[in-house]
Amino acid sequence: MTATLLTYLIAIAAAVPLGWWLARVLSTAPMPGEALFAAIERPLYVALGVDPARGMTWQAYARAFVLSNLVLGAFVYALLLFQGMLPLNPDGIPGMSWDLALHTMVSFLTNTNQQHYSGQAQLSYLSQLAGIVTLQVVTPMMGLAIAAAMLRALVGGRNAAAAREGDPRDVGNYYSDVIRLTLRAFLPLALVLSLLLTAQGVPSTFAGAAPATPLDSGAGMTEQVIPIGPVAPMVAVKQLGTNGGGWYGPNSAVPLENPTPLSNLLQTVAIILLPIAAVFMVGGLTGRRRLALMIFASMLLMSVGLTALAIFAEQAPNAASLGLAEVAANMEGKEVRFGSESSALWAALTTQTSNGSVNAMHDSLNPLAGMAAISGMLINAIWGGVGCGLVNFFVYVLLAVFLSGLMIGRTPELFGRKLEVHEMRLISLLVILQPLLLLGLSAFTLAAPTLTGNSNPGFHGVSQVFYEYTSAFANNGSGFEGLGDATSWWNLSCVAVLLVGRYAGLLIPLAVAGSLSSKRVAPSTRASLNVEGPVFAATLLAVIVLMTLLCFLPVFALGPIAEQLSLAR
Amino acid sequence: MQTSAHELDTRGGGLRAALAFGVLAVLLGGLVYPIAGTLLGGWTFPAQAGGSLVSVDGRQVGSALVAQPFSAPGYFQPRPSAAGYNPTAAAGSNYAPSNPALRERMAADAAAIAERDGITLATVPVELISASGGGLDPHLSPAGARVQAARIARARGIDEAAVLALIDAHVERAWLGVFGAPRVNVLLLNLALDQRASGH
Repeated sequence: MTATLLTYLIAIAAAVPLGWWLARVLSTAPMPGEALFAAIERPLYVALGVDPARGMTWQAYARAFVLSNLVLGAFVYALLLFQGMLPLNPDGIPGMSWDLALHTMVSFLTNTNQQHYSGQAQLSYLSQLAGIVTLQVVTPMMGLAIAAAMLRALVGGRNAAAAREGDPRDVGNYYSDVIRLTLRAFLPLALVLSLLLTAQGVPSTFAGAAPATPLDSGAGMTEQVIPIGPVAPMVAVKQLGTNGGGWYGPNSAVPLENPTPLSNLLQTVAIILLPIAAVFMVGGLTGRRRLALMIFASMLLMSVGLTALAIFAEQAPNAASLGLAEVAANMEGKEVRFGSESSALWAALTTQTSNGSVNAMHDSLNPLAGMAAISGMLINAIWGGVGCGLVNFFVYVLLAVFLSGLMIGRTPELFGRKLEVHEMRLISLLVILQPLLLLGLSAFTLAAPTLTGNSNPGFHGVSQVFYEYTSAFANNGSGFEGLGDATSWWNLSCVAVLLVGRYAGLLIPLAVAGSLSSKRVAPSTRASLNVEGPVFAATLLAVIVLMTLLCFLPVFALGPIAEQLSLAR
Repeated sequence: MQTSAHELDTRGGGLRAALAFGVLAVLLGGLVYPIAGTLLGGWTFPAQAGGSLVSVDGRQVGSALVAQPFSAPGYFQPRPSAAGYNPTAAAGSNYAPSNPALRERMAADAAAIAERDGITLATVPVELISASGGGLDPHLSPAGARVQAARIARARGIDEAAVLALIDAHVERAWLGVFGAPRVNVLLLNLALDQRASGH
């Protein structure tokens, strides 16, 4: 318990100043280190042909986001297809098949990092660095930029004071936002974390794999190849940027990727650091500190609830071990140096934040801990992905505002701007996509056993399939990894879910905020709905629980709950 | 065309900006950052950066961060590995608690350990029958090592108390007494056993 509490406290204590820093980065006022940063950035803007001071309309902002994603996506797709004939490929790894390359590209472009290829054995060094790490660095900052644009739009744009009703609003400059966030916040943080992780034993070298001769020659292994490489910088960005795709297949469960309890603490804090900081950034960016506090408190409440469920479930022994060993917490798929609590904490946080890295195998979690993990991904707004979490949270806020408006008999409005048919239509579309895709595809896949690829029988098989699609839609990337997902069906169906989860999930709320931004602002009165207080927070939590969890209760009943009941003796 | 800050961009920078951004992202994020990070780590902490390799008399015997198989009765045996201790095929079992195959494997392992170390099933430390996350867990809990002490003492013809003392000397505590769990490193412990035997 103490370790969990301290982890939360450390992350929150670090996120407060970082959130303030992010808000400074996203404003145009000079900040500490301005001269140095500006000197680095100036030639970049020249190369782009972009004036960083020139604001964009929300449509232009969205267009820049989509276009830059298309360019990077096309580049990485070509890289994966043709890596066999490209340099930096000492092991002669061939190009990927078209569907695996497509899934891998989309998975990293959408900040998901779901991996259907096996470990590093199918990626050349060039693909790993220029492809994967590139996307792991820029995609979280793209998400954060969209969140910033949405927040600016919600309060009327940067030109709110001068603009009249119906005027186009300035939601920021996309390229300036992404470049500033990357150079002034993300990369410096990542370099520090990378160095700290190396100090703990995470490899950081360009040398090839190290051959060793095991001590006990009678044990049947004559040579053990220790795979090393430029691991630490990648692990740092995968943790900080809610990416999750690791250097080694089993991710941060591998001792080389996560060697000590301290490295585990650093990586756990890194999972939630930027997502929490983004919440505090809201205060600085919109001038509404109480709003940031309301978001923070709501998210913290949900986070602690799901984390407690995961830890509680993992304290119980693995049912398969009963009568065969001492009665102790589930250790299947876990590492001794972390123990059960740290692994359950990680499992909860990595699914709340759409990170998706693991330090224990989720397939082997006790059923209710698996359910806590799936719940975090379904809500996908408890801290959430860097930027995306906030965006998703505002979808719930708009829904709660709409319902509250109906309840008190007033036109629903957020910050004085009326929420009307056009906005609600967009939000309804977004809200219906999740159950439609997840339930539809899960049902179809389970109905066709040749497609399913289950590795575990019974109720857990239902959970395996549902977990995979839920993870794809939430852009999480973790999995019940026993699933045989390296097939065309899984690749292509997940590509569709990944794309909808990312682009509909970010662009629809931006469009809603953009549409709200240029509306007339009604003066705030005593009868206006206060979205910054505890009453609204309670309504909001009710909306989240009802919308998300009840939608999927039948699946829970067929999957984790049924599995848990079947284990009871 | 006017480009004042008040005139909003309605195109989003266009294709040229997107293309140039793509090139810069690959150069800065995909090459400069990881290369800088790797060199920085390598210069500052060369031993850790190289994979924590362990050498004995100039012979590389493995990494302190990677489990390796031991079968001789005079050595501490590691946790079961779903990857056969092969780091290039690292994996967990991915067995769900409800999977009958997990029960079968645990039952076989538990029986073998109880027989090997002359203990009852109820006292088998649970990590000894649980496959680790990556199949490469280099550690045992102190209890997981202690139950093997009698067998090792017998095989090596030494005092069990000496083996237990060696384990105690190798226990790494939870960080600050709070984070993680106490553990012993199997490879380092076995090396210590060998060194003790050769009188170093």
